Amino acid sequence: MTTTTSTLAPSRQGEVASTGPRNLARDILIVLHRELRPLLRDPFSIMFGLIQPIIFLALFGPLLVGSLGGAAEGALGESVWQWFVPSILVMTALFGTSMTGSNLLFDFQTGAHERMMVTPLSRPSLLVGRALKEMVPLSWQAVLIVVVMLPFGFTLYPVGAAGGLVILAIFGVGLGSLSYALAIAVRKQDWMFWVVQQTFIFPVMILSGMLLPLETGPHWMQVASKFNPLTYMVDAERALFGGDLTNPDVLWGILAALGTAVLGLAVGIRMMRRSAD
Amino acid sequence: MIHTTALTKDFVVSRTETVHAVKGINLTVEPGELVAVLGPNGAGKTTTMRMLTSLIHPTSGTARVAGYDVATDPSQVRRRIGYVGQGNGAGHTQLVRDEMYTQGVIYGLDRRSAARRADELLAALDLVPLAKRKVSDLSGGQRRRLDVAMGLVHAPSLLFLDEPSTGLDPQNRANLWEHILRMRVEHEMTIMLTTHYLDEADSMAERVVVVDHGEIIADDTAENLKNNLAGDRVVLSVAPMPDAGAHLEQVVSRVEHVREVTTDSPGHLTVRVDQGPHTLPRLLRAVDAAGFTVTAAELHRPTLDDVFLGLTGRSLRESSAAAETDPASPDAATDKDAA
Repeated sequence: MTTTTSTLAPSRQGEVASTGPRNLARDILIVLHRELRPLLRDPFSIMFGLIQPIIFLALFGPLLVGSLGGAAEGALGESVWQWFVPSILVMTALFGTSMTGSNLLFDFQTGAHERMMVTPLSRPSLLVGRALKEMVPLSWQAVLIVVVMLPFGFTLYPVGAAGGLVILAIFGVGLGSLSYALAIAVRKQDWMFWVVQQTFIFPVMILSGMLLPLETGPHWMQVASKFNPLTYMVDAERALFGGDLTNPDVLWGILAALGTAVLGLAVGIRMMRRSAD
Repeated sequence: MIHTTALTKDFVVSRTETVHAVKGINLTVEPGELVAVLGPNGAGKTTTMRMLTSLIHPTSGTARVAGYDVATDPSQVRRRIGYVGQGNGAGHTQLVRDEMYTQGVIYGLDRRSAARRADELLAALDLVPLAKRKVSDLSGGQRRRLDVAMGLVHAPSLLFLDEPSTGLDPQNRANLWEHILRMRVEHEMTIMLTTHYLDEADSMAERVVVVDHGEIIADDTAENLKNNLAGDRVVLSVAPMPDAGAHLEQVVSRVEHVREVTTDSPGHLTVRVDQGPHTLPRLLRAVDAAGFTVTAAELHRPTLDDVFLGLTGRSLRESSAAAETDPASPDAATDKDAA
């Protein structure tokens, strides 16, 4: 143990004596790296977030083709898959990132989050690093869905698709942050997390026109959808994956993604600062 | 190393109810001390420690820890302290060595130093064979050693241990303490720990701070606490004699160093005395001289539980059991482990 002692003295002098402000970017990278490690070690874990989207793709998609495919030239455009696959991508973001707060809840239960809170890591980095991580599984999932759908007559427009993935990732950061914020808010009654998440997820999904076009729905649903950022995400993804880069829907989608990200990060950071109480 | 002035924490439970978890604690800990904070669950131990480690803000009062104020300079405090909470600090999906490495990087080590430091501490705490394991696969004792290893990564001059050995079997507890005490010497650390294990506070700590209902009710070495606040206990049995009760108590209470006499049942007395080993023979001679026949005599050295009993009139064990089922207790509300 003499070797241990000899190497300790300089490290105490060197690191701990530094009193300058923390580097936020470095802190975010530390948290991001730590969050990505289990994912990189076990890439199959992204399948967990894909279960629901794949069920919808496999079981709901064919029904959509059957019921709307023939008569839907106007509403759905050239092909049902061209209309439905972008929906599934947004759905993947919705399901995957809205669940991610449960990981933080688990860290609350074990004590891992408390340990991180006692370290000098800046409080915002604890949220931002986690939220940025959401981009990675989400992008993998999206690419996987697109690749799987190519043999089924889904046409790929590479530039639009790439743009679609970028705004999807930005949206995922926002929704992931909100999910973490929810986890922090309900950490003392953790079952509330799933109640709120499930109550939130289905209305916003249906009111985004993701599964069925809202044009045929009642007027009030069409109005409600205008207040749903997911609507703009879905429309933008459809435009981009259809290669229609100049469609104004794209701009609205970018705004919805950025708006969700800014709101999510602001709320998330605020909650993170108070998460030890 | 630690200096608090009227440190206070209130938890607002509802509009009509506020729990005063910590009521104006004044505590000074000098560099190099090993202090145990002892008290029943809900006494305010954990709340105090969470204030000192910057996890929660004091309602009022101040605390300087490692040279900085916890309320105004939490970031500086965090750089200088190590903390092992009640839970397990390592993420369950992470690998043991990865968490050690990240902890080093968090405290400002570069990659190579962090890797070297991780390996040093894994070796020091007998964790090398587990380095590539997932944290969720470790046993309770192994996780606890990992928690301590992570708390030591930056060689802190002050280490907080919140109930470090709760839930461990005696062998693992002894093993953990062996590591902690060796690390303390090597790192010249000040250590503050909370515990509700009486023997742990008794044997490990050089100073015991007894806390009850959010206040410090005693603060001394375990030896002094026991001698000054509890004293030894002598249990006497005498052969039955007609109308002896009151007379026997009188005889006993007149012996030097006897503090208190209680008759448990006719012919059976419990006597609190100072300097038990010397007082016992004198007691026996006095009882004998008064014409009674002693049939049995036992001398009990005091425990910290006797100290707590002497201070509060309650046994520490009973208080702990009661507090665990009391939802209003502030520790129960904030501890994850209490659930």
